[in-house]
Amino acid sequence: MTVFRDRFTGNDKAMLDRLARRHRLEPVEALPWIAAVTAGFVFSDYLALLAQILATIVFALSVDLVLGYAGIVTLGHAAFFGAGAYTAGLLAANGWGEPLSGLLAAAIAAGAIGLVSGAVILRTSGLTLLMQTLMVAAMLYELANKAHRFTGGADGLQGMQVWPIFGLFRFDMFGRTAFLYCLVVLFLCWLIVRMVVQSAFGRSLTGIRENALRMHAIGAPVSRRKLIVYTLSAALSGVAGALIAQTTQFVDLGVLSLERSGAILIMLIIGGVGQLYGAFIGVPLYMIAQDRFATVDPVNWYFWIGLFMVLLVIFVRGGVLGAIARMRGRIGARK
Amino acid sequence: MMRPTPIAVDAQVPHMSEIAFAAISVTFHGLTLAMVLYLISVGLSVTMGLMGFVNLAHGAFAMAGGYVMTTLMNRWDLDFAWALLIAVAVVVAASLVLERLLYRRFYGGNELDQVLLTMGLIFLSVGAATYVWGPLTQPMRPPAVLSGQISLFGRSLPAYRTFLIGCGAVIVTALWIGLERTRMGTQLRAAVDNLRMAETLGINTSRLFAAAFGLGSGLAAVGGGLGADVLAISPSYALDNLVYFLIVVAVGGLGSIRGPFFAALVVGLADTAFKYFIPEFGAFFMYALTMAILLRCPAGIFGRT
Amino acid sequence: MNRAIETVRLCRNFGGIIVADAIDFRMDPGARHALIGPNGAGKTSFINLVSGALQPSSGGIRLGGEDITALSQAQRVKRGLVRTFQINALFRRLSVLDNVTLAIAERHGFAADFIRSCGRHRAAIDESYATLEQLGLAQDALKPVTDLDYGRQRMIEIAIALGLKPKVLLLDEPAAGVSTGDVGSIIKVIERLPETIAVLLIEHDMDLVFRIARRITVLVGGRVLIEGTPELIARDPQVRRVYLGERRRP
Repeated sequence: MTVFRDRFTGNDKAMLDRLARRHRLEPVEALPWIAAVTAGFVFSDYLALLAQILATIVFALSVDLVLGYAGIVTLGHAAFFGAGAYTAGLLAANGWGEPLSGLLAAAIAAGAIGLVSGAVILRTSGLTLLMQTLMVAAMLYELANKAHRFTGGADGLQGMQVWPIFGLFRFDMFGRTAFLYCLVVLFLCWLIVRMVVQSAFGRSLTGIRENALRMHAIGAPVSRRKLIVYTLSAALSGVAGALIAQTTQFVDLGVLSLERSGAILIMLIIGGVGQLYGAFIGVPLYMIAQDRFATVDPVNWYFWIGLFMVLLVIFVRGGVLGAIARMRGRIGARK
Repeated sequence: MMRPTPIAVDAQVPHMSEIAFAAISVTFHGLTLAMVLYLISVGLSVTMGLMGFVNLAHGAFAMAGGYVMTTLMNRWDLDFAWALLIAVAVVVAASLVLERLLYRRFYGGNELDQVLLTMGLIFLSVGAATYVWGPLTQPMRPPAVLSGQISLFGRSLPAYRTFLIGCGAVIVTALWIGLERTRMGTQLRAAVDNLRMAETLGINTSRLFAAAFGLGSGLAAVGGGLGADVLAISPSYALDNLVYFLIVVAVGGLGSIRGPFFAALVVGLADTAFKYFIPEFGAFFMYALTMAILLRCPAGIFGRT
Repeated sequence: MNRAIETVRLCRNFGGIIVADAIDFRMDPGARHALIGPNGAGKTSFINLVSGALQPSSGGIRLGGEDITALSQAQRVKRGLVRTFQINALFRRLSVLDNVTLAIAERHGFAADFIRSCGRHRAAIDESYATLEQLGLAQDALKPVTDLDYGRQRMIEIAIALGLKPKVLLLDEPAAGVSTGDVGSIIKVIERLPETIAVLLIEHDMDLVFRIARRITVLVGGRVLIEGTPELIARDPQVRRVYLGERRRP
């Protein structure tokens, strides 16, 4: 086999060297974590809310995998989020409150549903696929409602008892344990997602997104790749749901609702899809705004968030990250 | 999720006559729902199929029609017919303005942008409706001549819903005849079939889009207004019923004008039957049925692959 | 010696429309074969059938002696059967380099690797860059595909195909939509293709066809009209009749 490595010199070599290194960790990537820890100290009264935000970022990351990278538009990811939430919730409400194994069980349950439903529906695309994702989530919702003797139905699951992590860290009233728990889990999930999107597999997902027809024509097993990322995404969504369940010690039907699927989509689009960090921007923006409105002016939340979304899509394409990229481009050009 | 108006049932021991009653009742109310769903969803099908625009906020036009009509009737004592006509006119005018100023920029564009835009519009509609009319559902009081019961097939059925079915049938027939016989109808059929070809034939597509959009919104307003009894008019209308509108469009076939009618029949009858016989769990079978249909015919019953 | 490509009574119809009518086609390894015919003759459909994008109604396809009729597109690509598209089918928002690297990654088999960062597959990146150099695209390597003009995008089509190291290459109108100035570079690229590759070329540009092809098949209405050397085809009265007025590129 021809070895190309030594052929390139000078500028060519420098460029290729840079390319090979482009996925190394950059200093700016520490920002979200510094921000999170700082927020934990500065807003110590809001640790419960911050924990929820962190857990929701896990959810948004998982949706970004299928939406931003593989180009699969889904309005039904609440199915996996809710499956994870109910798995962790039911375990904790029926005698097994160990949180970490609860997370694992949630990931497996949600991943299994993702695998089975994905195998059935991923061969379609466009509106049909969107509808099928909706249908899966809607059916799970009805099932959870019907089984209200176990799930608590619309009233919610009662009697969850989550044990201390490692037997040491109790979930306290102030949310400190919850916050750190979610932060660590988010960090681990982020590592996984980052690894996947920067791998050759992740690149091939963007190929599927950009031109699935061409991917077939270069020998890629497109259906298999889509199913793998869909299953992984489902598992991560399940983890997010379990985090919410365990840290609030409550699960109700809302975890499976269309509102949940829609909201996470909105948060991600606001932040910017397919760029890994959109989740870190869109989720806090949306949830903090929603929280503020809930206290100040709950009636008009829908109006103002609706207006914001419309204005955003008219004037700022590509979400916040897209706007930042364009500004950097303009600054670079001016230099 | 949609919660339709419950149907009165009082069966203790199912006799043959009870089963017959159930069948007639389900068919009747199913047809009513089907009419309303079709009137609202046909515009959505055309918008998505012709303009390539995912208008999730389409239900807001139906809601607006319902709100305007009921307000005119309840607060200003207008006649039923006038209230309906004015409601339709208002919604059509508003939708044409919206199309020109806002929607037009997103035709054939990025799907996610369209999703964000139309979801934002849904939220705006929820917020605006709550602000103006409050969170409760608007009562629909049909005129005296249309209320009460009438006798049909040996049964006593609500007069208003009978009127609704009849009215719906007339409108649908007029729509389909218009599609075949009028110039705009022919242009619409051509454009849905092959847009680029239609353009080269000299059809002014942007005017056609606007006209189609207005027509679709007007029909939605009719569906929302007439059907205020079937799909309750409340601020969350567009969200509550979104799934059912999408089901009708997806099952009927994107861009098709006749397809959603048969899809609406299936959805209306099936949903009513499921909810009648399996009240707490009926919706599950509706979704399962939809999944099955879409697995068998991914492009919808009348869609093209 | 096995044929590179062989189709046996290959048929495909859409309802009443017959797109391929019992096509018997043969191509040897290292061949330079052109497929010509009027618009609507079924040339692209033939490529779709051979590459696996379209399923035949009946008939068989053999690649290097092996029956591939039941294999998927991707499976045929793995066996060395590669096609390009008449209208550019590129990964639009990815860079030129990424477009080719994706193909090389599939060929090497590490495209499913979800652990190692793709920058680590240095050999593939280098090979991709080298391929771009060969086609004169190196200076555009990091630009998104949409930044390039159509003619150069057409070259990327070929670059992707070359990255797959094909044994059989199906070129669907490589010069389509390309300005007269740029056609020359495309011809040069095709001429420089290794002798080991069997090339099937669909083209309307007769200059290109007669420069490259050593054998020509004429397809009309989904059926093979005639097959032979360029000299034979140029002289044949049936072909002249079919082609009267169509010898210039549209």
